[in-house]
Amino acid sequence: MSKQCRVVIVGNGMVGHHCVEQLIELQQQDVKIDITVLSAESRLAYDRVHLSEFFAGKSAQDLALTDESTYDSWQVNYRTNAKVIDIDRENKSISTHVGESFCYDKLILATGSYPFVPPIPGGEQPHCLVYRTIEDLLAIEKSASTSKVGVVIGGGLLGLEAANALKQLGLKTHVVEFAPQLMAVQVDAGGGQVLKEKIEALGVSVHTSKATTSISRGDTYRYKLIFSDDSELETDMILFSAGIRPHDQLARDCQLTVGERGGVTINQQCQTSDPNIYAIGECALFNQMIYGLVAPGYSMAKTAAQHILALPDASQFSGADMSTKLKLMGVDVGSIGDAHAKTEGALCYTYVNQPAGIYKKIVVSEDNQRLLGAVLIGDTSEYDTLLQYKLNDITLPESPETLILPMAENKPTLGADALPDTATICSCLNVTKGDITQAIDQGSCTVADVKSCTKASSGCGGCAALLKSVVDSELESRGVEVKKDICQHFPFSRRELFDIVKIEKIRSFDELLTKHGQGLGCEICKPTAGSILASVWNDYILANEHLALQDTNDNFLANMQKDGTYSVVPRIPGGEITPEKLIKIGEVAQQYKLYTKITGGQRIDMFGARVEQLPEIWKTLIEAGLETGHAYGKSVRTVKSCVGSTWCRFGVQDSVSMAIAIENRYKGIRAPHKLKFAVSGCTRECAEAQSKDIGIIATDKGWNLYVCGNGGMKPRHADLFATDLDDTTLIQYIDRILAFYIQTAERLQRTSVWLESLEGGLAYLQQVVIEDHIGICQSLEQHMTEIIGKYQCEWTTTLNNPEALKRFKQFVNSDESDENIQFVTERNQIRPATEAEKSNQVIAVEVL
Amino acid sequence: MTTTNEQWINVCKPDDLIDNAGVCALINDNQQVALFSLPSQPERVFAITNYDPIGSANVLYRGIVGCQNGEPIVASPLYKQQYSLRTGKCIQEETAVTCFKTRIAEGYVQIFRE
Ligand code: SRM
Ligand SMILES: Cc1cc2nc3c(=O)[nH]c(=O)nc-3n(C[C@H](O)[C@H](O)[C@H](O)COP(=O)(O)OP(=O)(O)OC[C@H]3O[C@@H](n4cnc5c(N)ncnc54)[C@H](O)[C@@H]3O)c2cc1C
Ligand code: SF4
Ligand code: FES
Repeated sequence: MSKQCRVVIVGNGMVGHHCVEQLIELQQQDVKIDITVLSAESRLAYDRVHLSEFFAGKSAQDLALTDESTYDSWQVNYRTNAKVIDIDRENKSISTHVGESFCYDKLILATGSYPFVPPIPGGEQPHCLVYRTIEDLLAIEKSASTSKVGVVIGGGLLGLEAANALKQLGLKTHVVEFAPQLMAVQVDAGGGQVLKEKIEALGVSVHTSKATTSISRGDTYRYKLIFSDDSELETDMILFSAGIRPHDQLARDCQLTVGERGGVTINQQCQTSDPNIYAIGECALFNQMIYGLVAPGYSMAKTAAQHILALPDASQFSGADMSTKLKLMGVDVGSIGDAHAKTEGALCYTYVNQPAGIYKKIVVSEDNQRLLGAVLIGDTSEYDTLLQYKLNDITLPESPETLILPMAENKPTLGADALPDTATICSCLNVTKGDITQAIDQGSCTVADVKSCTKASSGCGGCAALLKSVVDSELESRGVEVKKDICQHFPFSRRELFDIVKIEKIRSFDELLTKHGQGLGCEICKPTAGSILASVWNDYILANEHLALQDTNDNFLANMQKDGTYSVVPRIPGGEITPEKLIKIGEVAQQYKLYTKITGGQRIDMFGARVEQLPEIWKTLIEAGLETGHAYGKSVRTVKSCVGSTWCRFGVQDSVSMAIAIENRYKGIRAPHKLKFAVSGCTRECAEAQSKDIGIIATDKGWNLYVCGNGGMKPRHADLFATDLDDTTLIQYIDRILAFYIQTAERLQRTSVWLESLEGGLAYLQQVVIEDHIGICQSLEQHMTEIIGKYQCEWTTTLNNPEALKRFKQFVNSDESDENIQFVTERNQIRPATEAEKSNQVIAVEVL
Repeated sequence: MTTTNEQWINVCKPDDLIDNAGVCALINDNQQVALFSLPSQPERVFAITNYDPIGSANVLYRGIVGCQNGEPIVASPLYKQQYSLRTGKCIQEETAVTCFKTRIAEGYVQIFRE
């Protein structure tokens, strides 16, 4: 290669611009390349892929991929409004329509394509437009301002985008498609049907199998479309989106080889039949294929640039994957590989959920081993996983259908660490997992760093989630802790804050914020800090310095209900209660007219107490020997029990005594989330212990201990932790497990989720707790003993504290009550009045 | 309970406020006002209506106060939406509460009624 090389690029679309970037980035010191860019459009390159966002408020400037000053700083010559009309191959020069000419050593055609407008009589009228450039959008906007109805001719990917644009412009929108289905290239017939239903549900009318024969003057609207079946459709404007055609006229005129149906033929180096002329992007034809997507165009740009610069390890273009994932009018659509199952012997698995508008199909090889293609409509959550199976030829699981079935047990997902280094993570910019690993090795340590270093995720953005998981898993495998900051005020995870509080002996939120945080805090970090301070020190929760930290429930020591009243839950350890206490609860509920209910946790809840009534209610309850049930706290709720060996003919241990002992031992301690326990007297398991954080089941030799079960939103069966324990060992293990959980779990993480995320899982927990593998058992027990020793009934403390009591008043300046709290009667008890009942003032009415 | 002094209304004593938390006061036409004392902010006392328009209950004074990108906020105790104490605007939803100007004068916390 000569020392001076003149490169002329015709076309400054997305691909032409990418080629400029590549040349600038890859050029070496010893060669001087002199780049000239000629653009027929009035502006430099912009993001055509996100063109539709123009109607959602993006300006031409937002869409720009570069600007004049950038090109100036790169010393790139450029002309806008400069259409190249002639290539003189002999003299190696080109000329533009204004008569300017340029000589080249290497010429790159990046002329892209233009929308195909079918030759329909009447199709050249003023409101018949196309959708390709910013100028087109301006014309559409103008036309739409005097239109009510719009029709898009063509129901492919671009046609649907165009329809979305018309809809956003407020037009009644129709899509007319020649084929029997929408998106016939990317989607199969079944998927096309579901897609059509979804799009019609969004208010766009879809007409398939319609061939437009002419466009004439309309009766009600501007134009009338006439179809081959003689049906008609009236509209004010028409957008043609019937496919694209490569801009190859220049190449034809100078006798370069072009394909039968258009496109400049190129080889693996992206050279045309003239080795000094390259073609890249949508004007190029490789292997009889025109690639109408930006990612393959970028690969071609890179290949051409490397070849021109004669780099030693220059890449070759050998075709590209055409898989796509996109959102069309809010409908998720994904298409991978052989979507139409054209491969010999291909087998399909299909899942259709018509009510929800979900269609998923996978196409697999004859031997059920490889994924060939997929179609996903309405839910593309499996797209990334499926694409990795396809691109990396990963062997499919035994039942491939589990990949797309909802609720399939043990659904196979490809963790980032399971991907090979060659796996493409970002197909737009062609970034592999290996590139990302390399970037991290060279010092990138956040997703943003990796992004700016590899350019990954700067195209369509579809790979963002996958990129993040690869970066996180790579960082983790290098021992870098991935930031799990709890909120904008503290750059720490709960676990880190816990260690800070403990090691630096921090005793208040203010101290923590001054030393380690910023701002004023918020409803996330304040309760978290409050809970940590309580877990470490177990000080009185309404002490002045903690006051402002608690969620309202902890703050008023009761659970707030939807109308702003509170519920009152006394502790009933193990579910055992004397008739006297039961009567007292009844009397209190009667006196204050509280709605009374037996809870799902074997105790009694009284609802509808006003904030100012809480102290009096608790005074009465405490005098009767009851204490707070911590229903408001992230702390021990209930220890459910069955009646056990004292009464039950099958019981083998005294489950009630054990339940009461445990409830009294752990009551009041604050944890990352609430804790629920249960004790069953025999294997029949009437207390449902295997769904609790700590579950204990009697055996004839002692107790089996189960851990980390959960009911709730995502039930988890508890794991058997140890068997046939005596009382002392049982308590010792529970002490250690709980202390370890309190110290290491994240904010609002139940024990079930904590165990799932604990590296090494159950076996590791057993090692820590039973074998003292990491030598912390003594300190865990000590921590537990300390906080248990500081137990107080918070209501008792509060009643003895006039300062704290002052807050249980609705108004600081009046003794009135909140008059928005109103009840009606239902089944002889109160319930909050609905808004309608309040406005009708039907307050004391009996509702059946 | 409250008296009018031009348009500045006495609401309560500065001692009735709780630093970095809220209290509620009733003003003349039966309106509930949530008052927050944030010693670190130039305004020091913030006042908004106590009614949570999303939860439809008079509870805002029982929310946690804090800040979001530097803007002082209170989070509703019911469904946790945050309201700016400076503008009353809800940060997560298209709704707002009314804000009042406040000052401490003549030994009272006062708010300005327009
Ligand atoms: C009162 C009660 C319903 C009832 O009338 O029976 C209830 C009421 C509430 N539950 Fe519950 N849960 C009640 C038993 C349960 C149970 C059953 C049990 O404990 O055996 C479960 C499933 C078991 C479990 O937790 O594993 C249960 C799973 C939940 C969950 C989901 C937790 C999860 O891990 O997915 C929540 C939400 C949360 O905590 O984030 C919740 C949250 C709530 C809250 C706190 C919702 C709220 O913020 O207002 C309710 C207010 C309590 C109140 O006002 O007193 N409640 N809740 C039960 C009180 C039991 C008690 O005596 O303390
Ligand atoms: C609405 C829309 C949505 C799209 N969505 C996606 C998507 O989600 N994902 C995806 O991968 N792809 C998408 N595409 C396709 C993608 O935009 C194209 O693949 C890509 O822009 C092709 O780049 P290119 O540089 O080859 O061509 P173009 O971007 O068309 O650029 C060619 C440029 O060359 C100029 N030119 C032509 N002839 C001459 C000449 N003789 N002299 C000077 N200049 C000339 C043209 O004016 C044009 O500016 C979408 C396209 C559109 C229109
Ligand atoms: S199940 Fe839901 S509605 Fe019922 S008590 Fe629990 S949280 Fe409330
Ligand atoms: S796949 Fe499009 S930006 Fe990465």
